[in-house]
Amino acid sequence: MSNAAGKALLISPIRNGTVIDHISAGEALNVLKILGITGSTTECLSIATNVTSGRIGKKDIVKIENRELKKEEVDRIALIAPKATINIIRNFGVFEKKGVRIPPVLKGVVRCPNPGCISNTMEPIQSTFEVIPKGLRCMYCDWVITKDIANYII
Amino acid sequence: MKHIISIRDFTREELDGLLDHARRIEQGGYAGNELAGRILALLFFEPSTRTRISFETAMARLGGERISLDCVEASSIVKGESLADTIRVISGYADAIVLRHPKEGAARLAAEFASVPVINAGDGAGQHPSQTLLDLYTIREHLPLRGIEIGLLGDLRYGRTVHSLTYALSLYDVMVHAIAPEGLKLPQNVIHEMKEREMEVHEWSDISKIIGDLDVLYVTRIQRERFPDAASYYSVASSYRVTPELLAGGKPHLIVLHPLPRLDEIDPRVDSLPHARYFEQARNAVPVRMALLKEVMG
Ligand SMILES: [Zn+2]
Repeated sequence: MSNAAGKALLISPIRNGTVIDHISAGEALNVLKILGITGSTTECLSIATNVTSGRIGKKDIVKIENRELKKEEVDRIALIAPKATINIIRNFGVFEKKGVRIPPVLKGVVRCPNPGCISNTMEPIQSTFEVIPKGLRCMYCDWVITKDIANYII
Repeated sequence: MKHIISIRDFTREELDGLLDHARRIEQGGYAGNELAGRILALLFFEPSTRTRISFETAMARLGGERISLDCVEASSIVKGESLADTIRVISGYADAIVLRHPKEGAARLAAEFASVPVINAGDGAGQHPSQTLLDLYTIREHLPLRGIEIGLLGDLRYGRTVHSLTYALSLYDVMVHAIAPEGLKLPQNVIHEMKEREMEVHEWSDISKIIGDLDVLYVTRIQRERFPDAASYYSVASSYRVTPELLAGGKPHLIVLHPLPRLDEIDPRVDSLPHARYFEQARNAVPVRMALLKEVMG
């Protein structure tokens, strides 16, 4: 494949949907996991990983056709890709561009690592974490996750 | 609606308010019918006789009634029903719920589903705020909480009462001496948090080096099952035992506390010394829990 062809593939435009750019390299699949996009979803997806970028060295890009991500969906991405930018595309043009911001509370995104925590039982609740400067704190058992947050994503 | 879930939910002013209230109660400042016609539900999913009886006593002294689910009944419920459902049902019967549960965070969950106040009476290795309140209360009845030096002795790693007491003490201007054998030391994250909160924490492994500086000695149980064999347990347990000989090196006003039940941590000969305040501490559970019940249902 020629370089030009590769580039063309990477930037092939979508008519309507969302482009998530500047994802930390290697995190594209985790981004999809956070967004709840699995193999069984019907959206047309393109994923590019380890793309050279002047701004952050290497980056990943995800494009989702015919789906405009909502703010609370994209903010979850900030956990693992704090520099990501979200482009909402309408009729081939960028309709809206925004950064990501970690929300103060994360519900149902991360599993509590504490096996004794009530959120790891069959109770009808979602895991709930408060975002604190050094990481995430379980609002049920006070357990603090400081690193490898992606490992705990549900 | 006010729940009592974690000591972390309290400001210093709120703690002081509750402790002052408990003192007024202890001095006879209650009529005995404040909670007449009210029903307290005690849900104990694991045994804790002392905590349960003191809540029952506190409710009876305020003229209220109680219903309870002991741990045998509770464990049969566990098989078929979620805690969330149990709490929703009991909310329809009682005016407040006291919950003891083996899972951490159970009380926080209960508060989400309850339509009446929930008091956490211990959730697994998590919080037990009424114990912390009565520990603080006992210290405060003897000494000003400001400027004193407190020794925490024993299993500081797994001891839940110690972690929540340490947190509460960090709201006051005290110095903490953490005295523990290797392997049972105060966790680094707890020490780190206390330092962030500008509390002075010093670590020791030999109690005799620091006994002379202490105003309060808070003793906790060292559990046999934390050690690989009986011999290593006995050697550690004997060097952390509180005896009249050890206390002879302490200040005259030094008070010794223990959340009870004790095993061999405190020599029975200590019981008759003026330092021994652990039975008084156990008695204080009643006015402190009366204050809590009035706080949530009054
Ligand atoms: Zn948890």
